Amino acid sequence: MASIAPQKTQKKQRSGLGSALPRVVRVLLLLIPDALIGWLMSEFITLGYLPLTAVIFVIAIGVNLILLIKKAYPLRWMVVGLVLMAMFTIYPIIFTVWVSFTNYGEGHLITQEQAIQQLIKEKYLPEEGKAFRWTAFKSSEGEYALWLIDDDGIGYLAKPGEPLSQPQPGEEGVGDFDDSGIPASIDGYQKLNAIVAATDKNLTEILFGEEGETIQVRSPSEAAELLPKYVYDSDLDAMIDQETGDVYANLRGSFTSSTGNELKPGFVESIGVTNFKRFFTSFTLNGPLVRIIIWTFAFAFFSLLLNFALGLLIAVIYNDPKFPLRKLIRTLLIIPYTVPALLTILVWRGMLNPELGVITRILENIFGWAPPWMTDQWWAKVAVLLINLWLSYPYFMLICSGSLQSIPDDYYMAAQVDGANKWQQFWKITLPLLLVAVGPLLLSSFVFNFNNFNLIYIFNAGGPPMSEDLIAGHTDILISYVYNLAFSGGTGIDYGYAAAITIVIFFIVGTITLLQFRFTNMWEEVSENV
Amino acid sequence: MSKSIENPQGYKSASLQRKISVILRLILAILLIIFSLFPIIWVISAAFNPTGSLATQKLIPANPGLDNFKELMRSEEFPFWTWFFNSIKISSITSVLSLSITTIAAYAFSRFRFKGRQTLLKAIFLIQVFPALLALVATFLMISQIEDVIPFIGLNTHTALILVYLGGAMGSNIWLMKGYLDTVPRDIDESAMVEGASNWQIFTKLILPLLRPILIVIAIINYIGTYGEFILARVLLKGNEKYTLMVGLERFTGAQFDQRWGVFAAGALIGALPIMLLYLIFQNQIIGGLTQGAVKG
Repeated sequence: MASIAPQKTQKKQRSGLGSALPRVVRVLLLLIPDALIGWLMSEFITLGYLPLTAVIFVIAIGVNLILLIKKAYPLRWMVVGLVLMAMFTIYPIIFTVWVSFTNYGEGHLITQEQAIQQLIKEKYLPEEGKAFRWTAFKSSEGEYALWLIDDDGIGYLAKPGEPLSQPQPGEEGVGDFDDSGIPASIDGYQKLNAIVAATDKNLTEILFGEEGETIQVRSPSEAAELLPKYVYDSDLDAMIDQETGDVYANLRGSFTSSTGNELKPGFVESIGVTNFKRFFTSFTLNGPLVRIIIWTFAFAFFSLLLNFALGLLIAVIYNDPKFPLRKLIRTLLIIPYTVPALLTILVWRGMLNPELGVITRILENIFGWAPPWMTDQWWAKVAVLLINLWLSYPYFMLICSGSLQSIPDDYYMAAQVDGANKWQQFWKITLPLLLVAVGPLLLSSFVFNFNNFNLIYIFNAGGPPMSEDLIAGHTDILISYVYNLAFSGGTGIDYGYAAAITIVIFFIVGTITLLQFRFTNMWEEVSENV
Repeated sequence: MSKSIENPQGYKSASLQRKISVILRLILAILLIIFSLFPIIWVISAAFNPTGSLATQKLIPANPGLDNFKELMRSEEFPFWTWFFNSIKISSITSVLSLSITTIAAYAFSRFRFKGRQTLLKAIFLIQVFPALLALVATFLMISQIEDVIPFIGLNTHTALILVYLGGAMGSNIWLMKGYLDTVPRDIDESAMVEGASNWQIFTKLILPLLRPILIVIAIINYIGTYGEFILARVLLKGNEKYTLMVGLERFTGAQFDQRWGVFAAGALIGALPIMLLYLIFQNQIIGGLTQGAVKG
């Protein structure tokens, strides 16, 4: 299988990557990275990152098989690329699908188990139950200590952040006990009298003892141990408030009481197709999303149309090989394409600046008025189309002039004999032949502009905003809207909804790509030359 | 369309017609060149305009000087050279590694026959159809999860960014490379094989030198694409010192753009230079590659 086809070769010539090593050695060598990956997986599992753990596991199995099975020899040549592709391209796509069915986002970032772990650490001070009598001590630095005596008369020393101890006189600086079992003195501390202690407001705020056994002053005579406020009931899938008896049931990733109170933090949970429902209802409700979708298509379509038209025009006009300075003109016209687009978009942003930009100033000097490029929704749309034209027509010029040269002159000769004029020649010969040649590139360009985040985001951040409270802007396209949802955090980060919209974009892009295959018979070509 | 098909009988009128048409087309060419070059010239002018603000700029600055460039070098809040170096570093590493991955894989696809070969090729093609941009949210979440265990592949590290870029390496240009490899005659491999050379030896000693032209094209296209990439870098990098030039300059212009215009122009000029040079030197190869479906970025 691994030989160079069609010739059958001897085994010894297969000594390519690693197969020179005996199998046993290879297995042993694999054990080291495998152990490392095992450790990694255990770490990720503890953190609750199950999808990540799963993908690492699958990839590790795949790599082991490729490196150990003889038949998989050709794959060894591409194992690095495959691993990277699986990890950083395929997995994010799958993860996006998963996220789109969850409420992943602000306030819902951890697993349910982690949320429960956090919640059961919360404590409350019971009104009744086991209690201590207490005496307060205060150091000169303002630190407090409590001497506690329980019902059995045993004394404890409690300091904030330290475990409770039962010192006898002489230990830990504790002095002799008086009749009621309270030490007369503690080194570094001064005993507070009952009245001072009862009126000291700090005292009731302080938590004595350590995590797990915490004591708080409840009344002038009593101190009590804090109890866990919430207990998780797995049958109800709910947290029970021990203080009030309220039941906080799991409602879409938040423990919520019957009165609508939510416990923080919430957690990631599957919420079915809610995100998609939200997308499509918002779509039908004529909300901002509809306008974004329409603009996304319009932007991609008009960009393609304008850029292609200008590129084609230039290619046709200067196709004549004898045209003077043809090379120079071509080189000068390509220059916009050679500068990183991001930089030129920023330059355009400066030039179209509403008050100070050069284009605004020139227009004001000539006409006394300049379009509000940044603040009016229609002019902002014109501006992004104009910038996009500037950025991409050289590309179309290049691909069109390339294809034009491949159209044989005979066709035009024949057309002329038949009496066709230039105009007819263009529409009947040049354009159809050209479209066949550059069609796939046009579709790619449509897809590119459909997701042309850089232009939209950098020119005006999708602005002007549709309204004060919305994160959508008039020039926002779907992908920049997704970015706002996931990263801008204006109205709360919502990864789940952002992922759902991403999936919708996936489908749109996928459909166009299928179209592209149909259009070009790419599959057939692929199958033929392999 | 082409003038070579002009009717020879109407010689005189055709000659006059041709002259008018050439002149008209030259005028159009001048207009187009103004449209194309004006922003570029305007930036150059801004970079040398000593007042440095958007409002006061003229096409030919009154006292041209290097003030903006000096300001650019000085700024500590916006470490231009660090960004520039970061960009060069990330693009170079990504470009070289991506090229290696693509070439070796394409060689296997071109020369070995194995089960599932076509399926795998098609799968790779399908996957690269989806822009990496779309999985942005997921990529961000994944990297932040990885960070909790392996901090050096976490957010705000160049390693993570490069790995994410390399995730797209297989898909991006493997078709172009395989197509080229398929045109390299198999006889070369076969005769070497008869003499007992291993596949790896054939690949490195015989085939690789023949691939030079396409290697250069793909490396440069990769380089340009990575250099200009913005959004992944923007999302994954958080610290001023870690930014690439594109992210840094975008952030730099985020506030008081009109005041910083001159300094920005100077930075943009320096930043665009390496890429423009690459384009101008390798113009024909790059364009050939792009029109054959190479992926920029």
